[in-house]
Amino acid sequence: MKFIFHIHFQETSEWTLDYPPFFAWFEFCLSHLAKYFDKEMLVVQNLNYASPATILFQRLSVILTDLLLVYAVKECCNIIGTCKSKEFLGIRPFVLAVLLLWNFGLLITDHIHFQYNGFLFGILLLSIVRHFQNRHLEGALLFAVLLNLKHIYLYIAPAYGIFLLRSYCIISNSSDGSFCWRSFSTVRFTLLGSLVLSVFALSFGPFIALGQMPQVLSRLFPFKRGLCHAYWAPNMWALYNVVDKALSVLGVKFQLLKTLPKASMTGGLVQEFYHSVLPSVTPLATLICTLISILPSLWILWWRPNGAQGFLRCITICALGSFLFGWHVHEKAVLMSILPFSLLAVKSREDAGIFLMLSTSGHFSLLPLLFTAPELPIKVLLMLLYTLSSFAALKTLFRSASIYSFFLLTARWTELSKSII
Amino acid sequence: MEGWSLVSLCVLLGLTARWAVSLNPYSGAGKAPLFGDYEAQRHWQEVTCNLPVHQWYFNTTDNDLDYWGLDYPPLTAYHSLLCGHVAKFINPAWVELYASRGFESTAHKLYMRATVLIADIFIYIPAVVSYCLYLVNGSVKKKVATMLCILLYPGLTLIDYGHFQYNGVSLGLTLLGVLGLGLGRDLLGSVAFTLALNYKQMELYHSLPFFCYLLGKCAKQGLTGRGLMQLLKISVTVLVTFALCWLPFLSDPGQLLQVVHRLFPVARGLFEDKVANAWCSLNVLIKIKTLLSTETQLSLSLVLTLLAVLPSSIKLFTRPTLWQFKLALVNSSLAFFLFSFQVHEKSILLPALPVCLLLNDLPLMAIWFLQASTFSMLPLLLKDGLLLPYVVTSVAFVYYSVYLLSALERSTDEQLRLQPLHTLIPPCLPSLSFSCILKWKFAFSLVAMGGLSFASAVMEPPARLPDLFPVLVSVFSFLQFLGLLLYFNLVQLTEAAGKKNNKKTK
Repeated sequence: MKFIFHIHFQETSEWTLDYPPFFAWFEFCLSHLAKYFDKEMLVVQNLNYASPATILFQRLSVILTDLLLVYAVKECCNIIGTCKSKEFLGIRPFVLAVLLLWNFGLLITDHIHFQYNGFLFGILLLSIVRHFQNRHLEGALLFAVLLNLKHIYLYIAPAYGIFLLRSYCIISNSSDGSFCWRSFSTVRFTLLGSLVLSVFALSFGPFIALGQMPQVLSRLFPFKRGLCHAYWAPNMWALYNVVDKALSVLGVKFQLLKTLPKASMTGGLVQEFYHSVLPSVTPLATLICTLISILPSLWILWWRPNGAQGFLRCITICALGSFLFGWHVHEKAVLMSILPFSLLAVKSREDAGIFLMLSTSGHFSLLPLLFTAPELPIKVLLMLLYTLSSFAALKTLFRSASIYSFFLLTARWTELSKSII
Repeated sequence: MEGWSLVSLCVLLGLTARWAVSLNPYSGAGKAPLFGDYEAQRHWQEVTCNLPVHQWYFNTTDNDLDYWGLDYPPLTAYHSLLCGHVAKFINPAWVELYASRGFESTAHKLYMRATVLIADIFIYIPAVVSYCLYLVNGSVKKKVATMLCILLYPGLTLIDYGHFQYNGVSLGLTLLGVLGLGLGRDLLGSVAFTLALNYKQMELYHSLPFFCYLLGKCAKQGLTGRGLMQLLKISVTVLVTFALCWLPFLSDPGQLLQVVHRLFPVARGLFEDKVANAWCSLNVLIKIKTLLSTETQLSLSLVLTLLAVLPSSIKLFTRPTLWQFKLALVNSSLAFFLFSFQVHEKSILLPALPVCLLLNDLPLMAIWFLQASTFSMLPLLLKDGLLLPYVVTSVAFVYYSVYLLSALERSTDEQLRLQPLHTLIPPCLPSLSFSCILKWKFAFSLVAMGGLSFASAVMEPPARLPDLFPVLVSVFSFLQFLGLLLYFNLVQLTEAAGKKNNKKTK
């Protein structure tokens, strides 16, 4: 117990705990199991400790917790309709299972690079499935737990908030999307609110009681850690940095600037740095940019709700918007839009096309995550495997629907433009 | 379209599995002064790229044959030469004469692993893919399923990418030979097989069926007219291929004799370590090695091997069809493995290759054999620290091959080719369902193999019997191999004369 309350104060290493309390509890449980594998592993002074038993334990813990992901994927496959096909790759649930379980990004970040994203995404998918099944309270509960396991899921919290308010708290059945505030159910709202708040109380309560809240928050939201992660996520700010660097080099060449600033932008561990020509970006600016980028999708979710499907679309857009404009974004965050979008990709042809673009480029951007020579063939092979199988499967799945879906697409565009006008 | 994407997915899966295994340790890693097969291959690169050809097989001041002397035919030496030159180009320290002995580094390991992968990409994998596409009967799905199972067969992957050897080259060339013969390109097939023979002399295990098949085919065309011409063509092709491979050694008879002497080291005894063959298993009861002289052992093993090979060879000679040929390949190589002189545990890969070719025809028995063959190498794999990849690849192999090839459903008495056996049983006895018995036996041996694997990995043997588990493993594997040898012989010999059994019964 003592261990857990001190863990947020741990400053021995550069790899400090910067996840919310539930994740600390999770690690606490693991550490109890780890005792049976190798005692040396848990000494706090033992940084960069690695024995075969430790590695085996850590890897096995990822594999075993991934069972939750497997269960979630099974649930996902149940909610999308099956279709008969003679071909292997034409069976929709099978394709979805391949897309989710073989996801290249998840495989390399969890099982090679090492993280526990698998079971977190399992919880996310499970929560989405519950919304599809109209079991909204369960879905909300799962998401609240997820937020307290890893707060990066705040990226998609706006979609959850809007969706739950609009589709759960407001009981209206008019088909054109209009609603009246009188059908707002206070009971449902209270239920939802108390559920979510109790989860947060359970998680952060002990820390508030101990007065450690500022420390926990400063660990969770490290605004001092700079605009970009040491390994730049391929987002707007990476582009911004490059433009800044180019301008400063040009400036020195044409003698508009005096010296080349020595800021190293990719210097391994986390650090701050300032732009030399362009104005430095503040956290507030990134927040505003993010909000602007996700606002249209939230607007649609509110005014033209399309059930859980529309919600899923909004999640993808929120994740992508935050990824592109957020403060100190990790490259792995791109998975947050790829994985939920897989569910839509097996449903319609145009989504499948967009999914292929998104997943291929997103996974490509993850390739530098593995940088040693022995890992080179494996990452290339896995990437090829995933890309090839997703292309082949989605192509087989939508082969017959090609002409039909083109009309569908144009129809949807005209509809959309009418509604905007 | 779908077929091709499935084929490429299979190949990619095969490559991924191979590279994942290759991240594990190799034989003799860090075990000075002799190391293991990895060092042997590296040493051959060192010798071949630094010394002139006529010194390769001789004990000279620069070439100490007691330290991993070259004991494979010339093609292996040429391959080493090629790899050695590339290694020299990358880092001369890797192959420096004397100084590089026992050289180990992560970069070098990477290089060695890459050479195996490249050899596989050029020879073994294309051979498997084209075999499955051309010679496996049935739908695209069936072809692809067979391909996946062959590519992911754990035994070969573990030995080539874990332990470290280049079996993929000789086995791939043999497979190309089978492909050539199966497609009626006898000359190309014999060239491929001759090359395989010149890469590893162990390919002699396969040579008798090749010989009998070609001879039988020629005899069918009439041994006086076209058949004779065909036979002459084939012999000339084989001889020319041999001559080309041995060209640098032909000038001097002494050279030739020395190479042959290196290839067949009679002095090394009847068997080494723990092999799952007859002699090693018999050794548990009777100490043959000390009881008999080396000459007697040699002739005894020769006679027994010939006796075991003879029936299938004669049958193949009289009925030279592809189906008979595949069965004869299994029977001959398995008989050689079980009874011949100086067999290594890795030689089980030689019967495993033709058994892979039967995966689509006799799924249950083929899977059984392949799993048993992987299991029989367990002591070796444990020594190399390959327990984890062994467990993962084996469990995966059994699971998906039984599932993909629907092995349990496709095993009625008829599909197991056991119908002729029913006629042998006197009618007064109740009729037996062989398939049911075999399925139970299969399940039993899977459990036993799992249990023995667990025991050898985890439990301490009693102090009086330090070799308990390796001996148990090899004796149990031997019993399975013996049973399967009888089964495959039975299937081959009882094939009805008139029926076209090689056309698949669905």
